[in-house]
Amino acid sequence: MYTLSNRLKLFSIILMVVGLVGLIVGFGQRPGSIQEVKEMMAAHDAHGGGHGNQGHSEEDAHGGDAHYEHVLHQLQNKPWASLYVAAFFFFMIALGVLAFYAIQFASQAGWSPVLFRVMEAITAYLVPGGIILFIVLALSGFHVNHLFVWADPEVVAHDALIQGKSGWLNSWGFIIRAAIFLGGWLLYRHFAVKYSRKQDEDTEGNKWYKKSFKISAGFLVFFIYTESMMSWDWIMSFDPHWFSTLFGWYVFASLFVSGITTIALISIYLKSKGYLEFVNNSHIHDLAKFMFGISIFWTYLWFSQFMLIWYSNIPEEVTYFITRIEDYKLPFFGMLVMNFIFPLLVLMNSDFKRVNWFVVMAGIVILCGHYIDVYNMIMPATVGESWFIGISEISAVSLFLGLFLFVVFRALTKAPLLPKGNPYIEESKHFHY
Amino acid sequence: MASKVIHALYVDDDILMDAVKKVRAEHYHIEEVYTPFPVHGLDKAMGLPHTRLAITSFMYGCVGLTVAILMMNYIMIEDWPQDIGGKPSFSYIENMPAFVPIMFELTVFFAAHLMVITFYMRSKLWPFKKAENPDVRTTDDHFLMEVDAGSHDVDQLASFLGDTGAVEIKVIDKEEDNH
Repeated sequence: MYTLSNRLKLFSIILMVVGLVGLIVGFGQRPGSIQEVKEMMAAHDAHGGGHGNQGHSEEDAHGGDAHYEHVLHQLQNKPWASLYVAAFFFFMIALGVLAFYAIQFASQAGWSPVLFRVMEAITAYLVPGGIILFIVLALSGFHVNHLFVWADPEVVAHDALIQGKSGWLNSWGFIIRAAIFLGGWLLYRHFAVKYSRKQDEDTEGNKWYKKSFKISAGFLVFFIYTESMMSWDWIMSFDPHWFSTLFGWYVFASLFVSGITTIALISIYLKSKGYLEFVNNSHIHDLAKFMFGISIFWTYLWFSQFMLIWYSNIPEEVTYFITRIEDYKLPFFGMLVMNFIFPLLVLMNSDFKRVNWFVVMAGIVILCGHYIDVYNMIMPATVGESWFIGISEISAVSLFLGLFLFVVFRALTKAPLLPKGNPYIEESKHFHY
Repeated sequence: MASKVIHALYVDDDILMDAVKKVRAEHYHIEEVYTPFPVHGLDKAMGLPHTRLAITSFMYGCVGLTVAILMMNYIMIEDWPQDIGGKPSFSYIENMPAFVPIMFELTVFFAAHLMVITFYMRSKLWPFKKAENPDVRTTDDHFLMEVDAGSHDVDQLASFLGDTGAVEIKVIDKEEDNH
């Protein structure tokens, strides 16, 4: 049995408190009026001379205060958007692990059962993370903040394109769908973990294992539809004029690789503390192969989406990438380096996938890269060119990281780390490549 | 000068694996093992060095990538620039996304084909080559281990191989130039 050390507990609580305080400061620092924005920008312009001129010419083009009002709304959105990015990012890790876990059951994989308890613990975050995300979604969907432009009745009144989509994109539809998605995923999580624990106590005829197999197969069908719709609702609708038909896959690749990376990182951490003695370096090798493979898969989808839009150059489509390349050049291309080139070069060699610190290093870069990926998907539509990694972004990550660590490691203490009743457990223990 | 080798036949891959380990533990020299299908872990048990085919594959991939870049640069930018979809081809880097599929495909093409050719050359395989299998049953359901008799006592070696689970043992006089 794993016991949660006081140091880790304290560390996660400190992360949460610091994050919460920072986030409150971030919300407090939002400018309240156009006057404040002018002061902030004047202070900013004083630092860099070249930027100032550009700002003034924009002011003339936009006709005085209209530009400042635009910036005001972006800056008022910023803490909300950073909260949203962090809440979604940590939720998607747990969701990716849940999908991976279901695939292990549905494919009756023999190598992975020794890692099941780690996966179950990570998916425990779905409950608190899902509830928080649901609250944030409800606040955004009902236009308490200004994250979704389609939730603003004034905007919709003057926008024929959003009016055409309002049968799908409306506050109640949005929140009911979110409830169905989250409810379905949490329901599968609840029963999958329950059956897995029961299988340990009662291995007679593998009754519970067979139930796990059935609900996992059913869940995967439900998941691939709801995940795709979730990506339209929760991410693509930030740019309600724009659409991409492979967006669901793209988000899936991102959450899948983040989830697998987290399984590898937590397994290596537990091994370094003397737990999981039955996990050998062949298991780590397999996880690293998945990290490598899904990183390539993510790049394939990213490029498929990018190249077609870039080549066809249709105004309403290509504006998505133009804003990102013009205003988000560093995070946009930086994420490609972190999510593709780095894992490609580091994890290509077979022997390196067995070296724990190599996997940890690659894993941390992949996780940071996919945080930036989510950032790139959400920020351009919510804060536009007024982005920077400031106190609210760092605090939001700290808050959810603390919560994630606390929930996951506390869930690890709830059951023995070896699911001894699983019919494939012997094969998994002797897994050797 | 003729040298003696012993052909020991097995009918199960697990027994073969154990036999290979035992024979090596006794410091006999295994010339070759013929199997009807790839036996997982046999290369390690025989003590064969790790394959370097993956390294050659990486290098061939790099060659393919370079060929693709140079080729597309010559065809689309230098030799005959065109204006496709409002994107005039005067700069390689600005048109690079359009060339990525070709870069990818040629990397894979070079890596795969040259790796297979390397494999054939390294294994001394070519069309119409006469099979080296000493016994046709190794293409069906038998496993054959060829052990160098060297200066060992042939009868003792044969009985040792029989104890490892061989179903049939043959002593073969092999011509030296056959190698």
